[in-house]
Amino acid sequence: MTETLIPFDEVIEKFDPALGLEVHVELNTNTKMFCGCPTEFGAEPNTQVCPTCLGLPGAMPVVNGKAVESAIRIGLAMNCEIAEWCRFARKNYFYPDMPKNFQTSQYDEPIAFEGYLDVDIQTAAGETETYRVEIERAHMEEDTGKSLHVGGSDGRIHGAEYSLVDYNRAGIPLIEIVTKPILGTGDKAPLVAKAYVAALREILLGLGVSDVRMEQGSMRCDVNLSLAPKGSGVLGTRTETKNVNSLRSVERAVRYEMSRHAGVLLGGGAVLQETRHFHEDNGTTSPGRVKSDAEDYRYFPEPDLVPVAPSREWVEELRSTLPEPPAVRRARLQKEWGFSDLEMRDTVGAGALDLVEQTIAAGASPQAARKWWLAELSRRANDMGVDLSAVGVTPEQVAAVQALVDSGKINDKLARQVFDGLVAGEGTPEEIVAARGLEIVSDEGALSAAVDKAIADNPDVADKIRDGKVAAAGALIGAVMKEMRGQADAGRVRELILEKLG
Amino acid sequence: MSDLTRKTAAELADALAAGETTSVEITQVHLDRIAAVDGDATAGVHAFLHVDVEGALEQARASDERRAAGRPLHLLDGVPIAVKDVLTTQGLPTTCGSRILEGWVPPYDATVVTKVKAAGLPILGKTNMDEFAMGSSTEHSAYGPTRNPWDQTRIPGGSGGGSAAAVASYEAPLALGTDTGGSIRQPGAVTGTVGVKPTYGGVSRYGLVALANSLDQVGPVTRTVLDSALLHELIGGHDPLDSTSVDQPVGGLVDAARQGATGDLAGLKVGVIKELAGDGWQPGVMARFQETVELLTELGAAVTEISCPTFVHSLATYYLILPAECSSNLAKFDAMRYGLRVVPDGDPSAEAVMKATRDAGFGDEVKRRIMIGTYALSSGYYDAYYGQAQKVRTLIARDFTAAFEQVDVLVSPTSPTTAFPIGEKVDDPLAMYLQDLATIPANLAGVPGISVPAGLAEEDGLPVGFQVLAPALADDRLYRVGAAVEAALTSRWGGHLLEKAPVLEGVVR
Amino acid sequence: MPEISRDEVAHLADLARIDLDDAELDHLAPQLNVILESVASIRGVAGDDVPPTSHPIPLTNVFREDVITPSLTPEQALSGAPEAEDGRFRVPRILGDEQ
Ligand SMILES: [Mg+2]
Ligand SMILES: [Zn+2]
Repeated sequence: MTETLIPFDEVIEKFDPALGLEVHVELNTNTKMFCGCPTEFGAEPNTQVCPTCLGLPGAMPVVNGKAVESAIRIGLAMNCEIAEWCRFARKNYFYPDMPKNFQTSQYDEPIAFEGYLDVDIQTAAGETETYRVEIERAHMEEDTGKSLHVGGSDGRIHGAEYSLVDYNRAGIPLIEIVTKPILGTGDKAPLVAKAYVAALREILLGLGVSDVRMEQGSMRCDVNLSLAPKGSGVLGTRTETKNVNSLRSVERAVRYEMSRHAGVLLGGGAVLQETRHFHEDNGTTSPGRVKSDAEDYRYFPEPDLVPVAPSREWVEELRSTLPEPPAVRRARLQKEWGFSDLEMRDTVGAGALDLVEQTIAAGASPQAARKWWLAELSRRANDMGVDLSAVGVTPEQVAAVQALVDSGKINDKLARQVFDGLVAGEGTPEEIVAARGLEIVSDEGALSAAVDKAIADNPDVADKIRDGKVAAAGALIGAVMKEMRGQADAGRVRELILEKLG
Repeated sequence: MSDLTRKTAAELADALAAGETTSVEITQVHLDRIAAVDGDATAGVHAFLHVDVEGALEQARASDERRAAGRPLHLLDGVPIAVKDVLTTQGLPTTCGSRILEGWVPPYDATVVTKVKAAGLPILGKTNMDEFAMGSSTEHSAYGPTRNPWDQTRIPGGSGGGSAAAVASYEAPLALGTDTGGSIRQPGAVTGTVGVKPTYGGVSRYGLVALANSLDQVGPVTRTVLDSALLHELIGGHDPLDSTSVDQPVGGLVDAARQGATGDLAGLKVGVIKELAGDGWQPGVMARFQETVELLTELGAAVTEISCPTFVHSLATYYLILPAECSSNLAKFDAMRYGLRVVPDGDPSAEAVMKATRDAGFGDEVKRRIMIGTYALSSGYYDAYYGQAQKVRTLIARDFTAAFEQVDVLVSPTSPTTAFPIGEKVDDPLAMYLQDLATIPANLAGVPGISVPAGLAEEDGLPVGFQVLAPALADDRLYRVGAAVEAALTSRWGGHLLEKAPVLEGVVR
Repeated sequence: MPEISRDEVAHLADLARIDLDDAELDHLAPQLNVILESVASIRGVAGDDVPPTSHPIPLTNVFREDVITPSLTPEQALSGAPEAEDGRFRVPRILGDEQ
């Protein structure tokens, strides 16, 4: 099916987008939501299942207290109210990867509700705009198993001959976080969607409640989108694009659906209320399941589980364990470090915030810490194709290298060789300096001899300096440094040249 | 027939302790009895769906070895037991009386089965039941009906007709049952045996294949009140695998039964539930009930009439809550992970296989209840049906609370009729549902109840049950009152009521 | 009390994933109506002020420690499977999408 896509600028001229985001987060508890099976990713199929998570007749669920604790902490970090009393409910529908043919979830009594998250986006003009995303609810539920589709084309569900189901993932605790409709974002809708998911991810990482690995599916995002005729204020029919599994894809999926909806509406058609699948390869979506009134989950309170009634004391105790909110922390650190907006944004953008903070804690100056991580080490990480944190150099080592520079034992150029040694695992910075013979030569006799040799080799340059053209000293310094294989203090060399020729 | 099969579990325990017999001997005589009278789907009592001859004898041998070494595990170590087929048993088939689970062998034990094994009771086998415990006659078993030992043309009650018939026909001294709306008590009443539904949460439901999770309870099925108390204390207590299990130790039940058997009920306040008697109740049932109430007065109890006005809505409430819960519980039987798989012609999808399997694997009553439950939960009807039923449930519980402010126990006939002929109500669901009129309120409110034999109805010579209900967690009162009634009536009859039952001839298979 | 139509029964059967044929629909529809008629008597029995009871014995906050307990072996897990392949449950092709 070919879609008529309307250029983004034209979409914005004619329509107001309404966004809604549903994010499923797998908690990193040791055990599943309702049984003691492990949650380790990548185990052999059906080795992490028991009567409960396999839905065997007679088995019963018992709530993982740690998962409830994580749910409450997430709710608090999203500025939510925490329910004083809530229940689990059964969401009834048949699907082969769901062992009981109902999902134990929460329905009209979520553990957390009515919160918000402020997200920042950068405009093309380089300014920061803040949007408040209101949170409808965050509730607890369980994950499903995973099917492998065999036969047909490319392992997709459609056209497969049969499927093979592994229930290891079934029952892993999920928190589903649902926003209220996000209105008034205009052309920023794709950026706001992406920034929201990024901010949520940052919060979850800070809480330590999930691995939030989008590529492994431990964080999955469904994007709801609808368009209203500009200024009408009437919400249009929405589509729900499922399992958009990277930050970039979130932005692209919103952008694509905006163009597609506009194409349908301007062509006189009606948007179908349906789920859509996002295709990473070309950034398009394709139709999934039509959402109709016939869809009837027949929710009712789970009779095998008793209500969850977190005491206010417990909630306050958990509130006191919350880390500083990421935005607040960034503002504080920027002020402490004296970074410009651009320096701060680059530091965050490079994923270097924690590393810089730890390097400073280990004794380096903020500017030195930033310089090494953003320039030298980011380049290496890029070349190696790994995260900055996996480049093989610790914040403590960076601080130790900088201390060597500050003491005059090495210079920046030699420091790069020290980093080579660190990445190669040759020992501590001091050991590498010693083993590689990188220490700056401080023997005045050798230095003086090298200067004399340079003057002798370059009589015309020496003459210029004698004539008062001090700027020409650079050429002699270069010659001396070459002679000394870089292991000289350039400042001292300059002093010596000027002494001898002054 | 060996004398050993006539002994109660308490007597067998004493005989074992005294070294007068062995567990192997006891187990063997019961296996012999089963072989002689149980028959199959076409003839005989047909209380068992599966008999584990080898397993039971092996457990009996181990019991005898423990006892010889002076290390019995429990008072009942070595006394055999039958288990309703709705409880999972590792290595033993568990079908719930349904085709859809034919041949399923669970990889785990229900908690009550674990407890029974840990106490050293040999498991004789699995007993017949209405499919997924839906019914009051055991006719809805996919494997053929169980027959009442009093009259084999009649039903043994249900859904636990197999367990009740097994103890009534001396095939087992003890059995486990489950009671969602009367499935332990009503079979007890119509077979002349004792059955107890404990307080909800008093006995673990882990491994009980759920019919209606908020109503189900596992309980003892025996011939005497003392035996029920012994078994109840063995299976009861907190289970961390069942979140609805009450975190309190079970105890005092055997003491209460022994105390009650002395026949002194002085100071006890008894309420006769006005709404659970009267027109439409079989005259012979009412006559035996009234005599038993008079007996309570003779034993020193103060009897008054108590009205529980909302009890008249129990049946409707129950037949909304139960189907709703069971429609969801039974969704897991979908041919994907275990059980029957029916593959229609062509290249069917998973959906088509699920539908065909569920059509072929479930019987009519199961389908009816799944459909009613699906309807009651569906959007647009939830508030009017399921939601409303849960509210009426609150009113019924309030009636109990108010009643127990005035009296210590409530009493009623267990069932409106004696055992009816097989086939009489099988196609008339409403008539069948009426069987549980008196037993259902206790399940809705979570309170405990017992049925003890009250004699035989004049008109048909069949057993009548007397029901005693107590407040939640006051299960001991059931045993005190039940044992007092049992002792007085047994001495009046000159023996256990079952001694009046016809002697069963061996069936030819 | 609204009569439940034959079409509605067919829809319920679909929701409940039971493949009822015409004869079964004819047989079941009237029975369901009789049952629904009898349970409809509870309408209006409890007012809005009556709270619903979902659990007969009121307990709250029953939690488990986040400690791993033994799982089944894959052989046990697959022991009841109508079909298995490569340690997984083999199921017929799936028509619909995940929810
Ligand atoms: Mg969900
Ligand atoms: Zn598990």
